Amino acid sequence: MTGIMDIVYAEYNYWIYVALMMIGFYAMIAKKNLVKKVIGANIFQTAIFLFYISLSDITGGTAPIIVHGDHAAEVIYTNPVPHVLILTAIVVAVSTTAVALALIIRIYDEYGSLDEDVILAARRNLQPEFSEYARQKEVDT
Amino acid sequence: MSGIQESIIIRTVVRIMVPFIALFALYVIIHGASGPGGGFQGGVIFGAAIILYAMIYGIEDGKKIISDKVNRILSSTGLVLYAGTGLLCMVFGGKFLQYNAVPLFPNPAETAAILMDVVEVGIGITVLAVMVSLFFDISPPETEDDEMFPEEVEQ
Amino acid sequence: MKILALFAVLLAGGMLLYAGQDLPAFGDQNSPAYQHPMTTRFIEESENETGVYNIVTALLANYRGYDTLGETTVIFTAGMAVILLLRRREL
Repeated sequence: MTGIMDIVYAEYNYWIYVALMMIGFYAMIAKKNLVKKVIGANIFQTAIFLFYISLSDITGGTAPIIVHGDHAAEVIYTNPVPHVLILTAIVVAVSTTAVALALIIRIYDEYGSLDEDVILAARRNLQPEFSEYARQKEVDT
Repeated sequence: MSGIQESIIIRTVVRIMVPFIALFALYVIIHGASGPGGGFQGGVIFGAAIILYAMIYGIEDGKKIISDKVNRILSSTGLVLYAGTGLLCMVFGGKFLQYNAVPLFPNPAETAAILMDVVEVGIGITVLAVMVSLFFDISPPETEDDEMFPEEVEQ
Repeated sequence: MKILALFAVLLAGGMLLYAGQDLPAFGDQNSPAYQHPMTTRFIEESENETGVYNIVTALLANYRGYDTLGETTVIFTAGMAVILLLRRREL
């Protein structure tokens, strides 16, 4: 039994990230509102960022910036590689979020709703009361 | 114009704070080689300064600082600065982005450090311009005669 | 439907937790990622090779410079995409 408790204590960070990931994943697949889906995707991404950053952590280590001086030999640096990868990933996350929000604004302009079901039904039937596109077509014909 | 924008305290504090935030952003960009920081972080902080100003003083006043045209030019300038540094290395006979090839200083590591600063500044300019343009585009227009949001479809 | 989503989420989380048992402990200095020769080399050699103290910046702008160029292109493209999507009527 102590073995299991040791594992939980040594790896509690992974449990936190899995919980965060589950929250984000649930928001992505269960919520109908498109903005909530984007928020869920962001929580999911944050869980993965934290996972990578925690992999790079070393007990007693400092930030990976070279130290000069008397104690330079004793300094332990944390692993710099995951930091670089996540700096890259954060930028991609910001870009995808921005494009997703812009698409949502256009969708709201077009269909007057953010609900996934309403949008899908409107797209399927092209009901004039939901779709700018269908109304335009009706005017044209 | 909402209540928070009319508050004299917030307007004054923002007007005083914005130059210091911008200065801190420049510090973060330039200091990226020898301490925590870098182009992405500094660019986002600089963008946040302008976004803060635009949030309190209105989008129109914010566009007086960085207009859409300047924004477009800046966002491509950073990328050109970055790619131009890579091409500069090719001009001096190295590979793309091989900083050591440029004979700027006798010590190749020193040359690499200088050119990496140029690259960071390029990243910072692009990130700043894109952040500000994202904010200006996604935020709803303030004027009544906007065409971005046509009146909602009756259901 | 929400029960199904909850089930899928719990399944994914359980699978990750099961797989995560093999991961190194938090702050472990003997983790494979830290003991990898590449990490050691970056920490020891990057100052001589690139001339900057910050290893993250050295990696970002020098060793992975091409990747960062693509990164800047990604954020530039995202800005242009938002302009194309939202600024249709005026130019």
